[in-house]
Amino acid sequence: MLKVLDSAVPVACWSCAVAHNDITLFCPHCSKIQPPPGGDYFSVFDLEQRLDLDLAALEHEFHRLSRKVHPDRFARAGDNERQWSLADTALLNDAYRTLKDPLHRTEYLLKLQGAEIGEEFAAANGKDRKDPSRVPADLLEEVFELNMQLEEMRMARKLGETDSELQAGLEQAKRKFDALQQEVDQDLRKEWHVWDEGDAAARKKAEKTMVSLLDRRRYLSNLVRDVTETLGA
Amino acid sequence: MEGDAPVVIPGVDGSNLVPSVVALDPIPASGGRPTVTVGNSARKALIETPERVIYSVKRLMGRGLEEIQNELKMFPFRLAEDVEAGEVPRIQLGELRFTPPEISAYVLRQLKRNAERFFGAPVTQAVITVPAYFNDAQRQATKDAGRMAGLEVLRLVNEPTAAALAYGLDRAKAGTIAVYDLGGGTFDISILKLRDGIFEVQSTNGDTHLGGDDIDNLLLAIALDEIYAEHGVDLRGHPGAVQALRKAAIEAKIRLSTESSASFDIELPNGDRYQREIPRGVFELLIEPVLARTSGPCKQALADAGVTPEGIDEVVLVGGSTRIPAVRELVDELFHLSARGKKPHIELNPDEVVALGAAVQADILAGASKSTEEMLLLDVTPLSLGIEALGGTVARIIQRNSTIPASATEHFTTGVDGQTNVAIHVVQGEREMAADCRSLARFDLKGIPPMSAGMPRIEVRFLIDADGILQVSAREQRSGLASEIEVKPTYGLSDEQVEGMILDSFDHAEEDFAKRLLIEARIEAESILSKVEAARTSPAWGQLTGEEQAAIQAAQERLAAANAGSDMAAIRNATVALDRATQRLAELMMDAAVSSALRGKTMNAAGEELDESVTAPHAMAPAEFK
Repeated sequence: MLKVLDSAVPVACWSCAVAHNDITLFCPHCSKIQPPPGGDYFSVFDLEQRLDLDLAALEHEFHRLSRKVHPDRFARAGDNERQWSLADTALLNDAYRTLKDPLHRTEYLLKLQGAEIGEEFAAANGKDRKDPSRVPADLLEEVFELNMQLEEMRMARKLGETDSELQAGLEQAKRKFDALQQEVDQDLRKEWHVWDEGDAAARKKAEKTMVSLLDRRRYLSNLVRDVTETLGA
Repeated sequence: MEGDAPVVIPGVDGSNLVPSVVALDPIPASGGRPTVTVGNSARKALIETPERVIYSVKRLMGRGLEEIQNELKMFPFRLAEDVEAGEVPRIQLGELRFTPPEISAYVLRQLKRNAERFFGAPVTQAVITVPAYFNDAQRQATKDAGRMAGLEVLRLVNEPTAAALAYGLDRAKAGTIAVYDLGGGTFDISILKLRDGIFEVQSTNGDTHLGGDDIDNLLLAIALDEIYAEHGVDLRGHPGAVQALRKAAIEAKIRLSTESSASFDIELPNGDRYQREIPRGVFELLIEPVLARTSGPCKQALADAGVTPEGIDEVVLVGGSTRIPAVRELVDELFHLSARGKKPHIELNPDEVVALGAAVQADILAGASKSTEEMLLLDVTPLSLGIEALGGTVARIIQRNSTIPASATEHFTTGVDGQTNVAIHVVQGEREMAADCRSLARFDLKGIPPMSAGMPRIEVRFLIDADGILQVSAREQRSGLASEIEVKPTYGLSDEQVEGMILDSFDHAEEDFAKRLLIEARIEAESILSKVEAARTSPAWGQLTGEEQAAIQAAQERLAAANAGSDMAAIRNATVALDRATQRLAELMMDAAVSSALRGKTMNAAGEELDESVTAPHAMAPAEFK
């Protein structure tokens, strides 16, 4: 699905004909805009693949590149340059959206490494998110109880009743699962550093851990969303 | 733009606003196609010939037959009888039928003409604003309307974002801004982050069918019910009377923004009078459910942007309906404003601020000035884009509030050996089932090389452009062939249809343009000359000094002389000169008229109710002519 590029491909600039690697938005020689480059989202920002990113620097770079590449800057340019500006900006926006979010960034990098993760794989295996086999083993009991409470709450809502005890129970459960999410986030961060600094073997091990952490994280956030929606309804 | 500041171009009537009212004039005695009147002058027709008038067409743009039928219950317009499902609905106006984009094109053409009159040069490109919550079809319909009006649409800008641009021009500081935009027919809320001249929209939400029209309809419904109950008169079958009542309702609504009470006083067809006092408290109770519908979108926008009300540094109010005190109270509550010692921004006219912002965006696109050089708008798509998957569920491919342009690539394959077509159904919306989302288009991928089932690998690229409109391209990867895509928009006009609806294709011709400007200049000259002539008989004339009278006399003679020739610039300059010379006369007349007969009314109402003969010479656009 995603294109992994091991080595940048040399291409000639359409304008000045000087060859450059196909990973930049602009020709390093004449600064003209180029067709969408072939690299990954990291290379759009001239970054190595890594998980611990300086988000302020990323935003700054996003703004700097946006100013240069955005279609607003090419409103009077020729058809080709206008099309490239559109495609390049879409790439820039897609890349920024993915990299600025810690979970999306982790998932993206793991996919670049060939991991099969995400909703689409769960769906492809015929498991939707309510499938009990996806419940992390240590949470089985609590999730079972939570689902009962959610069901009761929905019933109560339908009948127009307010059950403050039930409400308090759900709020407490939400706090608990929120805390669990934060734990997962901390664990992920630890693995980021292992991946960023480690050798090939350490990376492989970290990838495996992160795949299961992301699954757990996704499960928890769906749970918290259900509780929030039920409480807020 | 004048220097660094955008200005609104007034129309021939001197008003900065062209209401989106379009009236079909009576068929000329000589036969032929009737002409169309737009704006303030079309308002009169609302009461006189309601079957020939349409307003608030924005609510009908890009919508299907079923949706429009529900909407039309609130309006006096009729659908053309021969409209079929799947077609763009057409509205019957007198003896002709128009699609919503055509109606909209007439309004745009009027604005184009106003601008051309102001600049004395053809205007061919435009930035058009749309509600942020407009979907793909509504945006495409707006672009079509621009093309029909002879305008190349450089960019569609979301209205709340445009408002932020207008406010942000002289505010270099960083912060998080919420723009609450409650207009006549639509509601938008947008949360933006402003930093170093970059306006980055974080989230947007809204309701494209919520606005001042709904408030008018509530007042109107009460009046209609009470008239039926108290006087036994059912006005619902009398479009003209309903429109007169609607006008009274709108006036009452406007008065209630500044006064504690307003009243209806309407003469009924049977001679009875319907009189009704509406205290503000009652009005506020009545509109509470309408205003409450803006709360949900605001909360969702805050949640999507990941900010709390306390995280909002500034709130900007846009749209005429934000003049209503109850709306301001609600906004104050939603964003905890007065609790934090803050006030919403209302410095710019809420009816004009969006147009000012569009001018700023046009300036950015033109790359024309230093003041906007560092500014850049990064907007988002308001609705998630998805593909109908097996079982009718939606697979989201671009999430709502993604910065645009945004793209997604999906792969498709075949299910049957030798299959050469694949159909893709694209929807917009947040619901889980495709049937509950808005159907956007059906794409038919054709010309797939025959292979065993599951072998072809068709890569489809979805791209939402900077206008928020979807573009799709496809390629079969194994054969490397670019697949042919046939797009069937669920709602919308084909290119050929739009082509056939282009108004006055002669608009581009220089010669015709010059001719039209000359004709318009003459009409204006004659209009002001006759008004000044009439004004000489008013008591105000006697209040002028002899010097002022002589100056007017001289300006009148110069204009009459210029008007005899065919030098457009000379006529326009002499018209401007006469208008300036009569400024004090106009003021005296307006004062007299307002203070005697029309105490307590707004200037606008006064202007409408003043008889032609006492109307002050109109204000001219202060244009320079070489």
